[in-house]
Amino acid sequence: MAQKVLMKGNEAIAEAAISCGCRHYFGYPITPQTEVAAYMAKRMPKIGGTFLQAESEIAAVNMVIGASAAGIRVMTSSSSPGISLKSEGISYMAGCDLPALIVNVQRGGPGLGGIQPSQSDYFQATRGGGHGDYHLIVLAPASVQEMAQLTVQGFDLADKYRMPVMLLADGTMGQMMEPVELAESTAEKVEKPWALTGTGMKRPHNIVNSLSLTPDELESWNGERYKRYAVIEKEETRYEEYLCDDADIIVVGFGIAARVAKNAVDAARAAGIKAGMFRPITLWPFPKEALHKRAATAKEFISVELSMGQMIEDVELAIRCERPVSLCSRVGGMIPSPAEVLASIKAAAARTGGNA
Amino acid sequence: MLRNIKDSGFPLPSPRARVTLFCGHYGSGKSTVALSFAQLLRENNPEAEVALADLDIVNPYFRTADSGDLMAEMGVRLIASGFANSNVDVPAMPESAYRITEDKKLRVVIDVGGDDRGALALGRYAPALVSENDYEMAAVVNAYRPLTGNLRDLLDVIGEIETACGIRVTGIINCSNLGSETTVDDIIRGGELAEAAARELGVPVLFTAARRALCPELIKRLPEGSAVLPLDHTISHGGIANNG
Repeated sequence: MAQKVLMKGNEAIAEAAISCGCRHYFGYPITPQTEVAAYMAKRMPKIGGTFLQAESEIAAVNMVIGASAAGIRVMTSSSSPGISLKSEGISYMAGCDLPALIVNVQRGGPGLGGIQPSQSDYFQATRGGGHGDYHLIVLAPASVQEMAQLTVQGFDLADKYRMPVMLLADGTMGQMMEPVELAESTAEKVEKPWALTGTGMKRPHNIVNSLSLTPDELESWNGERYKRYAVIEKEETRYEEYLCDDADIIVVGFGIAARVAKNAVDAARAAGIKAGMFRPITLWPFPKEALHKRAATAKEFISVELSMGQMIEDVELAIRCERPVSLCSRVGGMIPSPAEVLASIKAAAARTGGNA
Repeated sequence: MLRNIKDSGFPLPSPRARVTLFCGHYGSGKSTVALSFAQLLRENNPEAEVALADLDIVNPYFRTADSGDLMAEMGVRLIASGFANSNVDVPAMPESAYRITEDKKLRVVIDVGGDDRGALALGRYAPALVSENDYEMAAVVNAYRPLTGNLRDLLDVIGEIETACGIRVTGIINCSNLGSETTVDDIIRGGELAEAAARELGVPVLFTAARRALCPELIKRLPEGSAVLPLDHTISHGGIANNG
């Protein structure tokens, strides 16, 4: 077992990336994810890797495209406004079927917004963000330990399915310090015969490209990609359930919101209300089936978010609007308190005839 | 409620210098140590004015300035940027920081920013502090921080800090911790790195800082004559939490 260390979430991402073979990082500083870049700047030169602070986010994401096309593990990280800048490049990566890990440590928006935590890039992350038909696998960590684990899994998933993966954290996750044990990737190394590594005059040359002026060809590329997405929806959906089996009220939340929700669920149980928590770990694919199953027994759902109500749409779609869903949220850098979530649970319990 | 440190019965550090600076790798516990140290200074000097200066202008997320209410309760004056904790990401120095060097009656604890980048801002006060020569420059060490987890890396970071601010480290503090999971064993093991750094730099280990609940067991395990600073507060996101 590895020795425990005390790390910030941002540092855990960086060290975990290094531990699973990432030797190329291209980025641009922005609060609250700057420690990822700072850590990479310190570590990469010592291990023969490349840290490069680009002149802009747009330059950084295009460097990621180049490195990924050459078949190597590469990542970039930013916070909300910077991810908007990178979105063109992310769409190109999806179109070129290039793997990479993209980290978004979200801050309040829109626009320049603020520097405190937020989850208001949920739509951007799960609906694409850039143009065209594509998905990212979106992973939502809820602890520093998970920041490390999901970073490693993110690289593995990106290579396995040849697509960009987003680690969607928030300012709290990035800045908080917790003990963490770093584990190495256990996934099998994925061969990349498509990569631009030089033909050595022994094979036809590879092409990495998202452009096709032949409509039926472009249609078939999209069709092939969506077949892969269907496999991912079937195989890679992840979630955590807490006290859901007999729950009348289920609180749905990811990341920091899930930690707050868990405390509120414990408080509700202590007050005699049958509450449970459902935490999506993959935001795309959203754990639709698992949540829908809960609609058979639960009476109401509450979506806890640091946004004006984005994930709530996926909750409603997942349970096919069979039960009422209410929103408990704070925005602008504010975090819902356990008391606020508890008040929402009590209100839902009162509506459904439970104890309140 | 503040818990008294002076009469806690632990073998406490004995602050001598007018100005005590806490520097080190970010996330090592500088701000937490600075808070408790300022409280002890206040309790030891009921007549003197005590100030805690937050010179961490790099990271707007965690800093002493978040603990304004607590310091008011302690009776410790806060010297911090007007922009601190205001969501304005501006690395500005507080104008009141001139009191650190100008007001020789003031007892000051300085929370230096993390790493060399954080220590850079201290540079402008360094010539006055060095010529007055009534300061202690303490490097806070947490052996469980990955970038300062071995002697070579730790000495590199301390050297970078000294270069950035122009003040030599005069003592080491063992603040080895794994957050809320810290055990006395962890602190003792981390102390070996602090001792090694102290030997290498030719300075003493000034004290060991640990959560108060761990201190009774800790003092039994430390060598005779070691000082311990009990920590009652945690700097965390959005302010401080009292963890008793």
